Amino acid sequence: MWLWKTNYSHIKQMDSIVEIRKLSAGYGQNIILHDVNLSIKQFDFIGVIGPNGGGKTTLLKALLGLIPPMSGEIVYDESMTEGKVHRIGYLPQINNIDRKFPITVFDVVRSGLMSRKRLTGRYSSEENNRANELMSEMGISGIRNKAIGELSGGQIQRALLCRALVNNPKLLILDEPNTYVDNRFERELYEKLKILNNKLAILLVSHDLGTISTYVKSYACVNGSLHYHSGNKVTPELLKSYECPIQIISHGEIPHTVLYNHKS
Amino acid sequence: MENLIALFNFGFFRNAFLAAFIASITCGIIGTYIVSRRIVFISGGITHASFGGIGMGYYFGFDPIGGAIAFGILSALGIEFFTKRANLREDSAIAILWSLGMALGVIFIFLTPGYAPNLMSYLFGNILTVSKSELIYLLILAVFIIGFFLIFYRMIIFVSFDEEFALTNNAPVRLFNALLISLVALTIVLNIRVVGIILVMSLLTIPQAIANLFTKRFDIMMIYSIVFGFLGSLTGLTLSYIYDIPSGAAIIFTLVVLYGLIKIIFLISGKAILNREKVNG
Repeated sequence: MWLWKTNYSHIKQMDSIVEIRKLSAGYGQNIILHDVNLSIKQFDFIGVIGPNGGGKTTLLKALLGLIPPMSGEIVYDESMTEGKVHRIGYLPQINNIDRKFPITVFDVVRSGLMSRKRLTGRYSSEENNRANELMSEMGISGIRNKAIGELSGGQIQRALLCRALVNNPKLLILDEPNTYVDNRFERELYEKLKILNNKLAILLVSHDLGTISTYVKSYACVNGSLHYHSGNKVTPELLKSYECPIQIISHGEIPHTVLYNHKS
Repeated sequence: MENLIALFNFGFFRNAFLAAFIASITCGIIGTYIVSRRIVFISGGITHASFGGIGMGYYFGFDPIGGAIAFGILSALGIEFFTKRANLREDSAIAILWSLGMALGVIFIFLTPGYAPNLMSYLFGNILTVSKSELIYLLILAVFIIGFFLIFYRMIIFVSFDEEFALTNNAPVRLFNALLISLVALTIVLNIRVVGIILVMSLLTIPQAIANLFTKRFDIMMIYSIVFGFLGSLTGLTLSYIYDIPSGAAIIFTLVVLYGLIKIIFLISGKAILNREKVNG
């Protein structure tokens, strides 16, 4: 029935919290990801990098259950599932959000709890407190009753991060959180993620390899297939697996950008 | 003024007053949904597609509004289905159904022998000729919409604001989309008799545009839209009586003027507020 979403995933007991096995995924006839294997463990901090169109978003959608695997499977650990929902917090790209939608920050944050609700659900005072706590942690409790249309990009991102965290996820997925956000907030965000990483696993999609290299523990290069590199050193092998010029921003006396040669 | 109060002695005017009131409630709530989700164009498609049902009603001799309801809901679900499942461009799907409905309407009315009574009232609406049974349908719809939005408010907002996020939370996104777009179709069709096919979209968008000047919250926007819609309808109705002009057009014109006036007042006073803030620091 096209009216209902189908739940594609399997649940098992295992060491990792999520395991992707021989996954192929895409849209219609178009296969974008081939034979992807990745296991995500409890306190992983994986930087997902790769060229545009390489399948980063497809990988996220498959992990989030938005598209079914064409072949292979994604297996979730028992502890990852609560009721019928996976304990995954998701921060979408900020330009996926309609900023003119008439909704307040408080309501955006609380909506992260909707998966616990029945269709008619109301929020308990306990849940409201949890949302309030998170908002003050992120420094946005002062604007909780403002509509999102009145906020800056950084403020909206903070609200969306609260929404992703309010349901106590075990895995946090962030899709290019550094676009349209000022540098100061970007730094704050990464510092926050470092602290959060003590409690949960993080999958961070980014095109800015230079900045995230200080924070991530390993890399997944996605370009049709997936190459996994443990350790956060940016090595020539890592860059080669990209097969595309990527941007590395180095901080120095003179700000400069280094581009890796294109493989011809 | 006494003349205006005396108007209530006429049955047709009392009906018109009630129609304006109930129309404002349905259009206030559903219009806020339409504007927030940016489905104004889809709603325009549904509106015009329903004309096919009106034409078939004339030709086959059943109630044209019944035909319009069937065409409205089918085209609403059709647009949802074709764009999500059949991978057709959404704006193309809308345009096809929009013009198909109009074409069928024209063909069937042309084939119907003799004069098509009330045709103009479907195109341009006439709040003064809304019948008692149409009023009852409208009332039932209003009660249902109020109930639906009261009970499922959180889920409606959840599904509307960020569909993808709602899907990752296993929310019944498609079911709610289908239910809500059906309510949009019903609201449009039952309000066709009030302001007509050509003008009904404005009753679903102008009160919301005015409300949006005052608030950026969904719940408050619904209430303000109802108030402004009712205000505009009553004023338009009165103007149509005084100057003997079509009521539908008078209502829409009043609403647009109201929007313009409030916008200008906001621009002037907004500047004043900004200046004050600058002075205060």
